[in-house]
Amino acid sequence: MNNNLLDPHQWVNAHADYLYAYTITRISDEEQAKDLVQETFLAALEKVNSFEGKSSERTWLTAILRNKIIDVYRKKSSGLVNIDVSKAEQEQADFFEPDDGHWNSEYAPKEFGIDNYDPIVNKEFNQILLKCMQKLPALWMSVFTMKHMDDETTDVICAELKVTPSNFWVIIHRTKLNLRACLQKNWI
Amino acid sequence: MEALKKITHNCKKATFLIEKKLIGRITLREHIELRIHLFGCGVCRIYQKQTIKISEMVRQLFHSSVNRDTKLDDNFKKDLQERIEEELNKN
Repeated sequence: MNNNLLDPHQWVNAHADYLYAYTITRISDEEQAKDLVQETFLAALEKVNSFEGKSSERTWLTAILRNKIIDVYRKKSSGLVNIDVSKAEQEQADFFEPDDGHWNSEYAPKEFGIDNYDPIVNKEFNQILLKCMQKLPALWMSVFTMKHMDDETTDVICAELKVTPSNFWVIIHRTKLNLRACLQKNWI
Repeated sequence: MEALKKITHNCKKATFLIEKKLIGRITLREHIELRIHLFGCGVCRIYQKQTIKISEMVRQLFHSSVNRDTKLDDNFKKDLQERIEEELNKN
């Protein structure tokens, strides 16, 4: 019944690079990513007895890591939240006219050839996209990452990051507004 | 058209609905309002096209990067496995 076994003697060989790559796309800080990989293995050692063999070793380790990453998101978004969120909100304060909500012509979306770029092929565009994402406030980045990278449901994200559903949609909207504006500004 | 646009939606609300529709659900009423808005607003049509593309690109980027050659250095890995062995020997 329990087909999967754990072999901690092979953990680093078999999974460390994978777990590191998984972390670095979600937390763009190399030192912190390394720490998280190490913490994951050590935490896993303490619960080897609770491993039921229902999932593969890698899936099990990744689940432990995922929880650690969400802890980091939570910590990051609770501390300086007011400063970086209000800064990001400031950036989009002029996007729309205050009276009727129409686009301010200076910030209005215009074609900039985004349709023609494949981030996998176009490294330069890729870099700009990453940079624009890293400028997002920690909370926005956390919500956005969980949604687009891990396809988490809205309920899960709201529960884990302690945001209300209506705040979730506001964050998604604001994140996209800033991200799109950042791409338009830096790519043209 | 201009008057109708004002009544149905402003662009701030329209872009909000575009985002909500993209990963969640909007009501039938909101659907109709958004359609009317987009019919009359070329800027928001561009926004919609671009934001869909950005979501796709972000997803692609995230998934491709798991396979890319981000590797830990060998010394770190050696130390890490030693640390694990140490813990194993404790028990």
